[in-house]
Parts: sequence; structure tokens; C-alpha cells
Amino acid sequence: MAEIRVENLRKEFGAFTAVEDSNFVVEDGEFFVMLGPSGCGKTTTLRMIAGLELPTSGQILLGGENVTMRRARERDIAFVFQLFALYPHMNVRKNIGFPLLAQGMPASEIRQRVEETAKLLRIDHLLNKSVSGLAGGDRQRVALGRAIVRRPKCFLMDEPLGTLDTEFRDLMVHELRELHNRIHATTVYVTHDQMEAMSMADKIAVMNHGIIEQFGTPREIYDRPATMFVADFIGSPPMNFLGFGGGLARGAREIMVQGAKVTVPEVREDVAPADMALGIRPEHIRFDDKSGLRGAIYGTEYLGTTQIAAVETADGIIKARVPAEIRLNPGDQVGLSFNSARLSLFDKKSGRAVRTSIHDLASQGRVHHG
Amino acid sequence: MSLTTAHSVVAPTATSKRIAGTIVVVYALISMVPLLWIFATSFKTPPDSIAYPPKILFQPSVEGYCNLFTTRTRQTPDYINSLGPATTFCDETTRKRNMVIAGPSNFLPRFVNSLIIAFGSTFCAVFLGTLAAYGFSRFKVPLADDLLFFILSTRMMPPIAVAIPIYLMYRELGLSDTALGMILLYTAVNVSLAVWLLKGFIDEIPREYEEAAMIDGYTRLQAFWKTVLPQATTGIAATAIFCLIFAWNEYAFAALLTSGTAQTAPPFIPAIIGEGGQDWPAVAAGTTIFLVPILVFTILLRKQLLRGITFGAVRK
Ligand SMILES: Nc1ncnc2c1ncn2[C@@H]1O[C@H](COP(=O)(O)OP(=O)(O)O)[C@@H](O)[C@H]1O
Ligand SMILES: [Mg+2]
Repeated sequence: MAEIRVENLRKEFGAFTAVEDSNFVVEDGEFFVMLGPSGCGKTTTLRMIAGLELPTSGQILLGGENVTMRRARERDIAFVFQLFALYPHMNVRKNIGFPLLAQGMPASEIRQRVEETAKLLRIDHLLNKSVSGLAGGDRQRVALGRAIVRRPKCFLMDEPLGTLDTEFRDLMVHELRELHNRIHATTVYVTHDQMEAMSMADKIAVMNHGIIEQFGTPREIYDRPATMFVADFIGSPPMNFLGFGGGLARGAREIMVQGAKVTVPEVREDVAPADMALGIRPEHIRFDDKSGLRGAIYGTEYLGTTQIAAVETADGIIKARVPAEIRLNPGDQVGLSFNSARLSLFDKKSGRAVRTSIHDLASQGRVHHG
Repeated sequence: MSLTTAHSVVAPTATSKRIAGTIVVVYALISMVPLLWIFATSFKTPPDSIAYPPKILFQPSVEGYCNLFTTRTRQTPDYINSLGPATTFCDETTRKRNMVIAGPSNFLPRFVNSLIIAFGSTFCAVFLGTLAAYGFSRFKVPLADDLLFFILSTRMMPPIAVAIPIYLMYRELGLSDTALGMILLYTAVNVSLAVWLLKGFIDEIPREYEEAAMIDGYTRLQAFWKTVLPQATTGIAATAIFCLIFAWNEYAFAALLTSGTAQTAPPFIPAIIGEGGQDWPAVAAGTTIFLVPILVFTILLRKQLLRGITFGAVRK
């Protein structure tokens, strides 16, 4: 097992930049997820780490060793492809044993290792079956088996659950994380599904247009989004934005939104007058008739214990997660008040978050990359 | 990779199926008449073969096959009577026509030439074609489209246009009338077809397979050998049949460039001369035997061929 260090990694396809100066460190034994919409450069980044694609510039270090220019087979990593890439002309046993065969391992040892691996993944009863007849989840397990049988330095997985149906997916998310807890292999996992990312990752990098927008733990990313893109991409429903104008002074604790005073976490930097946005998670909104910030109920979505209420305000629709018991009818006038400690402030133009007291905790101790 | 096409949405009715079936059977019968005629002729005696009106019903004889494999000389009846009793059926038939068998004909060596040249060139074309197709499919080849078009364009030229230059070239190089020369020539002609066909097949195989193998510790060549090739067998089989049929049937270059030791069967068979002109039963017998290898090869590979032709319609 080893740490993965990516420094200023860049990949251009002709005039198009697929990955732009990426920096991150995956610590030994960590489960790292690259999250982002389709086409943002996740696969390209992963393929560069694997050695299937040469970077335009930048460096990749595996366990401290510079492997940027090494061939894929010299890197000692395992890759689980989106389409699994199981060899149709081999049965399950041969598929799993295929990487060991390359090392010239004696047949008896291969047999033993394959059987151990199959047991770990609970597919030992399938060993002599053809891979073409397998169900999606089992194909996934065989692909995983082929990856872990060799005990490589690290695992790279490219949307490995992307083609499974929801039912299998939830099961596999759980299984994958459990497997990781058992073998503690450094893993880079790529997905566009925020739920997968949030439930599995130790660390997440959120990517957009080839750029890592934020790198951090799931909690940091959810609670302290570094950009409006991240705030909007994570969470279901995503963070709400309400526009406001004017500058911010260090130490400020109040802003004016649509003529109403809103208490926010203490601002830690001076911001010149500009178009700004207040970011509010749906669960941090309460209905409060005394509030000056008003709107009308537009619709509701019942979820059992909670409901999502869409409220039409002067600055568009705001979605609030409120207790299911509250009876709401379209057209009802409501006042909105927020959990002041959990609000985010953004510069609308750059999309970047303004430093406030919510960032205080983050700066304690750990250094962040990207 | 859709299984439905616009025109197959409506299920065929019983009537339309019957009509389609009838058309196919009638067409197949019409196509087979010449073959059946040749097969029948090969079992006729020389007089029966040129009888007018043509004989549909006749006394079968293997004289054509005897004549195909032997050369004969005319002798006086006294000489023939002075010989011992005929030992084989062919001996007997020949003697009835006042002739004796002088020795084996050239048919067998010519047939072997055909086998060597056709299978040799097919192997070379498919081997080179597979590697080239893989290269074009997987790597950024500079000017790939132009190169592919150039390769295809060699097929557009009528062979006769290059016959004279090739004839002169081969004479200079000492390749005239050699098996090597013919193998090279047929390989050159077939490799364009092979590259194009195989590129289509290899394009269909996701590159993730080799990439997975290369990450798992194999070299590219090993990955190609162990993951791409096994999945390309249908395409390779289909391509091999097309190449083989061309090389096996080729007449123009064979007639021009081979005359002796390296002559193939196609120019040899129609030139079989008997008493008083063409020996039609022997020609028909030669043609019948000539059909056998292709028939066997196609039947052996029919499963791959069928899958090869419908490649891409079914997800594996
Ligand atoms: N070989 C390539 N040549 C040209 N463009 C490519 C190539 N591979 C990927 N791209 C482009 O790079 C961008 C990022 O692709 P990718 O890394 O596959 O995204 P993701 O995996 O995040 O969906 C896409 O816009 C894609 O079209
Ligand atoms: Mg991708």
C-alpha cells in the first residue's frame, strides 16, 4: 500500500484542457473519491495515475516514487473499469487469476490466492462459471476480485457502480466500504454520484471543467463548500442561493437580504462591494412569521419524516426541508429564518466562498491541498 | 447496438414468409444449376458430354476423373492386346479407347500449388492485416485516414492494369513462376481487404480489455495476444475466408505469371486437352475437386462466419 501524490497534473487533448493543474494527496489506506459531473476530467485523471495516458505536464508519485513516465504494468496498481472489462473467453477463476499469471506465479499458488479472494467477495461458488452469464453485482465482484487478488499498491475505480441498478448499487456501496475497512487499500474512486461519494469517502475532491474545486472530508465539503459549484453539486436538494449586494467588512455579522436583516457567521475578510450570494442548506431553514424575509409556498414534496417545501421569494425559488407535520398549501405566505451558524457567503462572480467563522475549525491543524 | 431496426418492427405474416422462402429457394436452385451441371458432366463419358441434345440421364462413369489424373498415349490394338490384363478401372477404360496410361498428369502438383499459394497468402494477409488493423484501431497513426484510403484504393484498380509491370518486375526479380511470388502477390492484394475488415472487428472490442491486461502486468503484445485476439476470432475467420476465396479463385495473374512449376489449378484446369479438343469430363472433374477445399473450409468455419457477418448486432 502506498500514498498517491499528484502534483500540478495537467492533460491537454489538442486545444482542449481536460485536466488543469490538479494537486492532491491520497494518504496511505485512504478511500479517496473524485466527484464531478460527466466530462469534468475524472477518468482522464485516473488514467494518468494508472499510466494509460501520459500527462501533458505534472508529476505522479506512488509511495514517494515518481512514476509519471512509467508504463502501466510497472506501477503495481489495479484498475476497475466502468464496464468491468471481464474477459468473455475466460471463466471467473481465470479472470481473477489473470494478473497473477502475468507474474509467473505457480499454478497452485494462483489457485489458492484466487480462492481466498473469491471467498472474501463471496463469489467462491461462481469460480467455474462463465462470466457472460453473471448478474451485474457478481460481474462487479469478479472485477473487484481481479483487482485485489494481486495486492497492489493502490486501487483505481472508474464509476464501478455506474451500470448497476439502484438496488445493487446501494448494496455494493456498502460492500465496497466494508471491503475497504478490512483491507485498507489506498483507493481512488471516481463517480458522478454525490450519494456514493458522501457515503464511502474519507476524502473527496469535487471536480468541474478539469479543475478541482474543493478537496476535503465529506463533512467539510457539505458544511463548508469552497465554491458555489460545490454547494450546488452536493446535497439533495442542493444549497439555496439568495443574492445580496454591497461589500463586507471583517468582523461583520449581519447582511441585508431583500430588505431583511440576516445574521451570518462572522466574516473573516474584507470584501469589496460586489454581487454576493447567501448560501443556505434546505435543512437550515425554518418558517418564522416574525421574519422579514417572506415568500409564498409554491409546492411541497412529501418525504415521510420531512418534506421539501418550495417557497417563491423575490429572488426565485428556495427549497426548505421542514418537518412533515406542518400543513402547507400552495399560496400560503411564510416568513423564512435561517440557522445563522451554518450559512455560507459567496462572491457571485468568482463563485468562491467568503472566509467566515465556519472556516475556523477547518484551519485547525490539517493542511489542505488543492 | 439496438436490436430493433425500423423495418423489422412488424412481425412477418405467414404469407410473406412463404413468399420470401420460395424466392430464396428458387434463387438458390438457379445459382446451383451450373454447379450441378459441372458435377454431372464430371461423371459423363467424353461422347456423352458433348452429345446434342444434352443428356440429363446418362450412364455414370469416372472416366473424367481417370483422364484428369493421367496422361495417355494412343497405341495399336496389337500392342494393347500384347499387354497383360488391365489392373485398374482406369486402365480398362483407357484401353477401350485404344490408349494406354503413360503416367500421372500435372493436376495433382497444380492442385498442391493452389493449396500452398492460397493458404500461404491467406495466412500472410490475415497476419499482417490483424497487426495493421490493431495499429490503426488503437494508436494515433499520423494521416491514418489517408493511409487507410490508400490501402483501400489498391483494391480499386483492375488487376489487368498492373499485370504488365508486375510481369516485368517479377521476371527481373526471378519471382516469375514461383510459389513465393504468387504468395507475395496475393498477400498484397488481400491485405487491403483484411485491414479494412479487421479494423471494423477490432474497433468493436473495447480497449479496456487490453488496458486492464497491461495494468495487470502484461506487455502490449501479450495483452493483444491474450485478450484482443481471442475476441477477434470471428472477425479473423470471416476475413480469412474472403481472402482464401480470392486467392483460390484468382485466374488472371496466375495465367500470366505461372506456367510451369508454380502453376495453380485455375489456369491448368480449362487447358486440359483430350483427343480431338477439350476433355470436358476431365475439366468438370478438376473443377469439382477444386471446389472441395473452399467448401470444407467454409463449413468448418460456418459458425464464426455467421457470427462474423452479424457482428455488432448482438451484445456479447
Ligand atoms: N482521448 C481523448 N481525446 C480527446 N478528448 C478527450 C479524450 N479523452 C477525454 N477527452 C475529453 O476530456 C474531457 C474529460 O473526459 P473524462 O476524463 O472522460 O471525463 P469524466 O470521466 O469526468 O466524465 C471530456 O470533455 C472528453 O471529451
Ligand atoms: Mg468517466
